[in-house]
Amino acid sequence: MNVTIVDYNSGNISSVINSFKEVAKNKVNIKVTSDLEKIKSSDKVVLPGQGSFKSCVDALNNINGLVDTLNEFATNNKKPLLGICVGLQMFAEVGYEEIETKGLGWISGRVSKIDNQDGKFKLPHIGWNQINIVKDSQIFKGVKNNSHMYFVHSYELVPNDKSVVSATTDYSSNIVCSVEKENIFGTQFHPEKSDKTGLKIIDNFINL
Amino acid sequence: MLKNRIIPCLDVKNGRVVKGINFVDLKDAGDPVEQAKIYSDGGADEICFLDITASNENRDTIYDVVDKTSKKCFVPLTVGGGVRNVEDINKLLNCGADKVSINTAAVQNVKVVEDSSRKFGSQCIVVAIDAKRKNNGWEVFTHGGRNPTGINALEFASKMEKCGAGELLITSMDKDGTQSGYDIELMQKISSSVNIPVIASGGVGTLDHLVDGIKSGASAVLAASIFHYGTYSVKEAKQYLSSKDIPVRI
Repeated sequence: MNVTIVDYNSGNISSVINSFKEVAKNKVNIKVTSDLEKIKSSDKVVLPGQGSFKSCVDALNNINGLVDTLNEFATNNKKPLLGICVGLQMFAEVGYEEIETKGLGWISGRVSKIDNQDGKFKLPHIGWNQINIVKDSQIFKGVKNNSHMYFVHSYELVPNDKSVVSATTDYSSNIVCSVEKENIFGTQFHPEKSDKTGLKIIDNFINL
Repeated sequence: MLKNRIIPCLDVKNGRVVKGINFVDLKDAGDPVEQAKIYSDGGADEICFLDITASNENRDTIYDVVDKTSKKCFVPLTVGGGVRNVEDINKLLNCGADKVSINTAAVQNVKVVEDSSRKFGSQCIVVAIDAKRKNNGWEVFTHGGRNPTGINALEFASKMEKCGAGELLITSMDKDGTQSGYDIELMQKISSSVNIPVIASGGVGTLDHLVDGIKSGASAVLAASIFHYGTYSVKEAKQYLSSKDIPVRI
């Protein structure tokens, strides 16, 4: 099996690569590329993302044909795709970080700044927070409810259809931190930095 | 609920842990990778490396350490010490660091903070401020605490927040190495004046000091020697904090 981590100059992806290689051992082939043909022939795709919504969308668009290839992979061929952090946020139709920016539109909704209640809560939301699993998602197999995950973000995905939400976390408000829509999975937290429980989620995705 | 973080810090020189002592399970006390793994297995919420390599020829040793650690530890890794420019930050991130802390370079040239946070995202830019009491405030020092700058630490903290820092690592130079506790007033003043998380550092000698650090408003507490010399394990520290009703990840 081939799992491709999309390398589209979205910032630091070495931790994502390290964690997938750790879990995959030699059973699964982990590729890191932006080569369209290699993405098309993959069994699964991981879409990481660091920095701002706009910088990540711009970086995707900078690689000719990448967005079309991802659309074909995820929406036409319905193969499993995992978005991490801004990778998940880009599923939305629109994001409001820096400037209004169009997303991939796979999940109806928007990405907006976390309401920190006039400074009562610090932003970014950095650190370990517990997740409330609200939907029986395949990537949470063997993961206990209220497990701790590592977060670092200032913006949140606000989906219109709440049925896609698989987990939330409590900060200044109840924040969507994981989604599952058919073959499309996403986590706002960083499984690659969430110790053994995070690696379990990666393992679940690889074994889908 | 967001938990308060405990961050053990290791001083690394020429690729080796400074003054490493032999824990029972440790084959090589001087190996930072092994030390970091013990910390992360013990429940450390993040790991911090401070590179204190003095000579330029040996500077590259830290990249190898970061590369090896990031393949074994799956919790966030912060690396600081001797970071001069955006290229240094890029190299550390590519080796597997999740955050880079900038100290002297942030004072000398704020553009390093602005450019790197724009390029890599605020989430990986930590500004480390070494502060020392002076008159009724605190003064920022650079170059590992050797050079006074005349800059007010509170004003500098706010400025760094505006420049794009994602977190501030505040070290009290008056307290560092004394094991007499954090400079609580400094942590309170800075935590309440910025909207980004503050990591308290400098002076921890007991577990109560960690409790005081969190109560001062810091989001995370950093300590080196109490963990390094085996006075307490990370696990013991977390259990103690939890017993004092401080939310931690256990």
